[in-house]
Amino acid sequence: MLAVEGVGVELDGVQVVQELAFDLEEGGWLGLIGPNGAGKTTLLRAVAGLVPYAGSIRIQGEEVAALGRRAAARRVAVVPQIPVIPPDTSVLEYVVLGRTPHLGYAGTPGARDVVAARSALARLDGAHLVDRRLGSLSGGERQRAVLARAVAQDASLLLLDEPTSALDVGAQQQVLELVASLRADGGLTVLSAMHDLTHAGQYADRLLLMDGGREQASGPPHEVLTEQLIARHFGATVRIVADEETGIAVVPLRPGVESEQPVP
Amino acid sequence: MQRAVSAWWAAAAAVFLVLSTLLGLALGPVDLGLGAVTREVLSHVPLLGVETPFSGTEDAILWELRAPRVALGLLVGAMLAAAGASYQGVFRNPLADPYLLGAAAGAGLGATLVIAYDVGGDGGLDLRPIAAFAGATLGVAVAYLLGRSVGGRETTTLILAGVTVAAFFTALQTFVQQRNAETVQEVYSWILGQLETSGWTDVLVVLPYVAVSAVVLLWHRRLLDVLAVGDDEAASLGVPVARVRLLVVAAATLGTAAAVAFSGLIAFVGIIVPHAIRLMVGTSYRAVLPLSLAFGAGFLILMDLVSRTVIAPAQLPIGVVTAFLGAPFFAVVLRTTRTVGP
Repeated sequence: MLAVEGVGVELDGVQVVQELAFDLEEGGWLGLIGPNGAGKTTLLRAVAGLVPYAGSIRIQGEEVAALGRRAAARRVAVVPQIPVIPPDTSVLEYVVLGRTPHLGYAGTPGARDVVAARSALARLDGAHLVDRRLGSLSGGERQRAVLARAVAQDASLLLLDEPTSALDVGAQQQVLELVASLRADGGLTVLSAMHDLTHAGQYADRLLLMDGGREQASGPPHEVLTEQLIARHFGATVRIVADEETGIAVVPLRPGVESEQPVP
Repeated sequence: MQRAVSAWWAAAAAVFLVLSTLLGLALGPVDLGLGAVTREVLSHVPLLGVETPFSGTEDAILWELRAPRVALGLLVGAMLAAAGASYQGVFRNPLADPYLLGAAAGAGLGATLVIAYDVGGDGGLDLRPIAAFAGATLGVAVAYLLGRSVGGRETTTLILAGVTVAAFFTALQTFVQQRNAETVQEVYSWILGQLETSGWTDVLVVLPYVAVSAVVLLWHRRLLDVLAVGDDEAASLGVPVARVRLLVVAAATLGTAAAVAFSGLIAFVGIIVPHAIRLMVGTSYRAVLPLSLAFGAGFLILMDLVSRTVIAPAQLPIGVVTAFLGAPFFAVVLRTTRTVGP
């Protein structure tokens, strides 16, 4: 579905992404992890066709750079890290913006587009939000609206750039569960940059660790989320807790402070 | 979703436009009477069988003097309001007005040059409109090319380029004006704006520019809504952002340049009309743009009515009236509604 080969991106003379290669199968979820400045956002922008790149990025066999803006937007939907929220726009109007690539240059949305927007909101349990103004939403509700806009776009590849960074733990979980359900019942393929390593390990089925614009490790979460790799690339002291029941959790420790053993 | 412009607002806009037009036609140094003007206008509609109440003189006052002036006010008001709304959308900046990218400074320089050096004065030819039009277009073109060549965040660089060009053109204009101090009065009153026409010719010259500009701006009204989520997200939704911005700026500039060429630099209309509409009907350009055209037209006709009657037989510059009456009106709208951004 998505094939990335030898991709490099240069911004203002700096090589931000280098020699990156991976495949993402239909319905898969690949999590991009890595420290700040690793090149995750830039890679996502390249996949969306928003920055020029060297190498090849193919979506369903078609080179992204060769697709027109509208054609690319019909295949790839982007949820940016910090979406621009016009506060006085209603949620429905905002979600309808997702129909833009399906309208002509100066086309106006019709009844079908409104239906698509409403059903996108309904799929994300946001039907009750339609008439609210964006400015009046909580962080979690707002993220739901942004996701609904991406769903209304009806693209098969969803790019998420740290979709939960401004949310509390409950809202984070809700948003990620929604993405997981979209993937399960809609066959959506997901490529996401993720800040929270525990969530990355729980939701993505493969992880790609980036640092300095390059791939440092990739594979299933238990191979990438190791204490050594995290220490080397994030400079963080963590303990990996993994068992059958809870899956994988990355627990930060205070460096140099011996953690107290729980008294049995 | 509801229709972009509700039937109620469409009707309100139509009534406001018709009423202000009739008032503009009826009132002045000679009071023609609202009813009489209505009957006269209807007498030109076939099959109604309405008789005109007017004598030859009254007919001439109405059709040769007032009607062209009202028509020019309508075109200029509609243009400035729609151009202001479009600029605010395309730059995502509530303070953007049609003069943002150097149109006013360019027009001012062009007109000042013609007035100061009395170009074309001997031949009885008024070159001010052509010079103002050329100056405005040149100002925006230079600002746009400068902004695009810099790169970076496009909206901010374009605005800075506009500020730069405006400062430079204003400096030139001030220099020319100082060197020709005897024409300061004339330059000043041109800058404050007036809707004095030499008849239907001016109106017919402005009309095609305003018409084409209005069509292009209306055509882009939904794309302006998409631009509200920023250049990056708009691009990810499939919008060719730079091309949309260029087309909207070009259309708004040509229309504005044609308008100011005959009206001078009428301030404030491009800001208060679209904002008042946003405060009342919401921020979607699908409603703001068409309503700006209608309410901008009616608003300027009424302001011109005040400017030519309040100290009759003398006339107040219309730019003074738009600011003097427009500012308190806008303050009231601002106080009585919730805050709405562009």
